[in-house]
Formats: sequence, C-alpha cells, structure tokens
Amino acid sequence: MCGIAGLIHRGKSSKVGHELQGMLQALKHRGEDSTGYALYGDTNGKNFIMRFKVGENVGEGSTSVAEDVSVYDERKKIVDSYLSELGAKIIKEERILPYSLRYEIEYDKKDLLNFSQKIESIPGVEILSMGKSLEVIKDLGNAKMVCDRYNLDKLVGTHAIGHARMATESGVDIKSAHPFWGYPFSDVSVVHNGQLTNYWNNRRSLENKGMRFMSECDSELIAVYLAEKMRDGASLEEGMKESLTGLDGVFTYFVATKNSLGMAKDTMAAKPLVLYESDDLVAMGSEEIAIRSILPQEIDTYDPFDGEVKVWQI
Amino acid sequence: MANLKSTEKKTKAQVMGMHTEVLTGRTQQKFFNPDEAENFYYFGTYDVDFNKRTDLDVKDMTAAEANKEIDNLMSQGYGTIVIKNPQGKHSLGVGILNKLNLIFEGSLGYFGMGSCDGPIVRINGRVGWSCAENLMAGKVVIEKNAGSCFGAAIRGGDLICKGSVGARTGIDMKGGTIIIGGDAGAFTGFMMQRGRIIILGDVGINLGDSMYDGTIFIGGQIGSYGSDAVDSELTKSDQDWLKRKLKVAEIGENFDVSKMKKIVAGKKLWNYDNLEPTEKKGAI
Repeated sequence: MCGIAGLIHRGKSSKVGHELQGMLQALKHRGEDSTGYALYGDTNGKNFIMRFKVGENVGEGSTSVAEDVSVYDERKKIVDSYLSELGAKIIKEERILPYSLRYEIEYDKKDLLNFSQKIESIPGVEILSMGKSLEVIKDLGNAKMVCDRYNLDKLVGTHAIGHARMATESGVDIKSAHPFWGYPFSDVSVVHNGQLTNYWNNRRSLENKGMRFMSECDSELIAVYLAEKMRDGASLEEGMKESLTGLDGVFTYFVATKNSLGMAKDTMAAKPLVLYESDDLVAMGSEEIAIRSILPQEIDTYDPFDGEVKVWQI
Repeated sequence: MANLKSTEKKTKAQVMGMHTEVLTGRTQQKFFNPDEAENFYYFGTYDVDFNKRTDLDVKDMTAAEANKEIDNLMSQGYGTIVIKNPQGKHSLGVGILNKLNLIFEGSLGYFGMGSCDGPIVRINGRVGWSCAENLMAGKVVIEKNAGSCFGAAIRGGDLICKGSVGARTGIDMKGGTIIIGGDAGAFTGFMMQRGRIIILGDVGINLGDSMYDGTIFIGGQIGSYGSDAVDSELTKSDQDWLKRKLKVAEIGENFDVSKMKKIVAGKKLWNYDNLEPTEKKGAI
C-alpha cells in the first residue's frame, strides 16, 4: 500500500525532520517495512553532503544477507581513497551506524555522474543522496524508529518528503526503500505510492541511454525517468508532465529539489493524496491524518484531480 | 437450495406487484408488508429522542471506541450527537442503522459514515475517500470537499458535498442521489447502475464510463464521455426535480438548471427491472 508525505515551508525554516516524522508515523498502518526521509536542511550551500551506505541493515524482517562489520570498514576505506582520487576533501565525517555514513565534502566539479559511478563501483556501496541541501535517510522500521536511529528530530530545513513502505515489488532492504535520489542530479529526490506497469520496458530503454538503477523497485524508475528528462534539458515540471503519459500504471509521487517541491497524480487518480495549501506552508500526504499530525486545527484540504501536476517553490 | 414449490397463496407485497416469485417450504425470505411496517426494525437499533442532545469528544479515541460510544449514546436515547475533534480519523460513524442527528465538528478520514441506513449527518469539514459507501437511506451533508469514491455503491438517501470531490464519485451506485456543489474528478458515475448524480461544476474524463443505468446531470464542462454514456434530453420534469433537490441540498438555489446536461446509459446492458428494497418502500 505505502504512504507518502511531504511539506514545504515558504519563506522560513522549521524542524522538518520532526514534522515529517509525525506525518509518516501517522501513516505507519500503510506500511512499516521501511521508512525514508528526504530532508532539505539549512546549510552554508558550499559543501556537498553525501549520505551513503556500505552495507544493509540485516535486522529482523530484512531480506539482505548478513555481513561482518569488518567488510563495511574495508568498503569505507576504499570510499575514502576514491574520494581523494576524485579530488574531494572530507570536511566532516559521521558514521551514524556501522553501515550508514554521512560525509560533508568539498568538491568543486559539477559533474556528479563520474563521481557517483566511481564511488558506486565499490561492491555494496550506494550513494543515497548527494547534494548541498538534500539528505536522504532510509532504513528498516517505522518513521519513529528511523528518526530516533538517525537523530532526525532536530534537523532544521525548508522542505521534506518521506515514505512509509509496505514492500510488494522488491525486497525489505535499504536499497529498495524510498526516497530515491535523482541520480546524478544533486538535491533531487522522489517518493512514490503506486505501481508502475511498464517498469522493465522503461528501465531497459533508460539503461541503454546510460542511466543507472540500483534496485529492482519500480518506484526508482520515476527518479531515473525525471533525471533523464532533466539531463536532456527539460525543467522539473516539464519532466513531471511528460511522466503522466511516459509512465504506465497507478501512481502518486512527490519530487523535491533544492528549492521546490512537486506532486503528480496519474490520469486515473487511482492513488490517494490530500493536500493543504496556505501562503506559508504546503503539506500533503496519502491521508489527511498525516497533515493533522502537524496541523491539528480545522483546515481546508482537498484531493488533487487526475493528471494533475503541481510544483511549489520555497 | 431448499425445495421450494410454487403456490397460489400471495403476500400483500405480491398483490401490489412488488415481486412475482411465490415460494413455499423452508425459506427465510421475508416480504415487505405495509401493515406490519412498524414491526420491521434492525437488530440493535434504538428509540431516540432528537431533542436529547449531547457532545462527544473523540480526540483521544480510536475509531472503534468512538463508534461504540455513539452506539452507547443512542442506547441511552440521545437523538442528536455532536462529535468534537474528529481530526481526520478514518471509519467514524460507520454502520449506524438508526434515525439520528449526527453532527461532526471537523473533518473525517477514509470510509466515514459507511454502511449507514437512516441517520441525518452534517459534517462541518472535509471527508476522505469512500465517504458514505453503501448508504441505504438518510442524508449526509459535507460542508467542504470530499475525496475519491464518494458515495460508492450507495443504494439510497441523499449524499451532498458542497465543495469538490475526487475521482470515481458514485462508482457502482445502485440508487439514491449524489449532489456536488463544485467540481468532480475522472470516472464520475463509473459503472453506476441506478440513482442520480448532480454536479454543478466541471467534471473530469470518462464521465459515466460503463454505466448500466441511472442519470447524471452536469452543470459545467465535461472532460470526456466514457463508454456507454450519452447525452439525453433535459425535460421539464427533470428541471423541476433538480430545483427541488438543490433546494433541499441547500446549494445552487439560484443555479440555472435549464442549462444542465443530462447523461444516461447509451444502451441497455442488463435487466434491472427488479426494484431495490429501498425503492419498494418509496413506491408505497
């Protein structure tokens, strides 16, 4: 089933980690195999923040194979050496969990494709996000568990999207969890509720064009699809509008960039979405109770119509 | 199946032409008899006094707890119940088979007022997906917007949304009336089999797709027609009925119904000559 939620503050920052945690926790009945956050935090805008994993969470319910922590250590060492080779300087390093790391790095080159390909050439290593504001955090368990595990409660930023997952199409693991980074574009992330029925056709076509897939989760296609459109010069909104016909199936998805948040709903409106919009805040989720977790007072909300695409700026 | 034989003995309902089958033997089938109408009641319903009013704050209750408390209050004779702080909870007010004035001071989540028969409900907020699904009788008024599958499979009663509604409004409906003050999404009236839908605003694509029967009235623009949905002539009788319904619904009183479009099924897909139970009551 899955649940998605997103919010954007316009003209101010807020504790988006805490807010999104509340929204996703309200949707936990829609799935708690894994939960993911794409948080757009307040940063100095100079350095990249790279969230990456060197292994999987092999806890209860995971479909991943257990590995020794020493394997993770070895992979981390190779990542560090590759970063040095690429000319990237590690400013700050955090190892939140044995398999999950956050690096703040100084990297001047604009092309993230070669950078990402180099890092991800290490078996078992995946960049979850790369951006100057975006941080993707995803792991097994419900929203509160993941929030507590990664100390997301105090993260201050302008906007965020998140996903509570009931695994249906692929395994219970971090690589199949949402959000998906819009590789190789910095600060682009996607969450999706639904099912894409032309996944393999689109995937083969995109792979032939040089795009990369890290999982077998159909939702990853949206991130890659939009990234390819943007690579070819389309704006985010143009790419999203094209996706209404390019993607087949039922879907409601959110996409976020450094400065914006967007939503798209398929032409059959088969997946739910409730939206609240005011001058200083847009909040949306698969169910109204997600919005009520941050706005308990009586508010005006509505369901976007079929085939609708909307984009808001911070 | 029980061994049933034909007999000449007819019930009052059969004499009135409400059904033709005549059965004997071990059957649990019951036929409506107007002389015994007062003896017909649902198990677990209550005599309530509409002047006896109370508030119920459901802020810290689950949906099941709230629904049980509504039932408990009805058992104490309360005929008017005001629900405070529904806060978008799902499945509130479901399964009420009673005459009751129910007022929600706020919005409901999914499946609100599902499977009800008889209550008069006012929701001073919004409702999520599948509001009033399977409504048999009564009236449900929503002051703001509604989600998709609004009034799915209703068989009777009036379901009114003063704002806009999502996709598949009135999907599979088998009777009753749905009235929308604003716009409606795609697949409105999808597979509807009986009843009427009135939309004062615009409507999305595939209107009345695969409809078997029933009537849809549209005041605004139509995205596209679905399979089997065709235009029909808006008669004087239709206009009079629309005026009456809109007045009762407290919306569009000054709406020019003469410009509305009437959409019906383009071909007879199935035999729906047997009336629904609620319509039998209406016929009497």
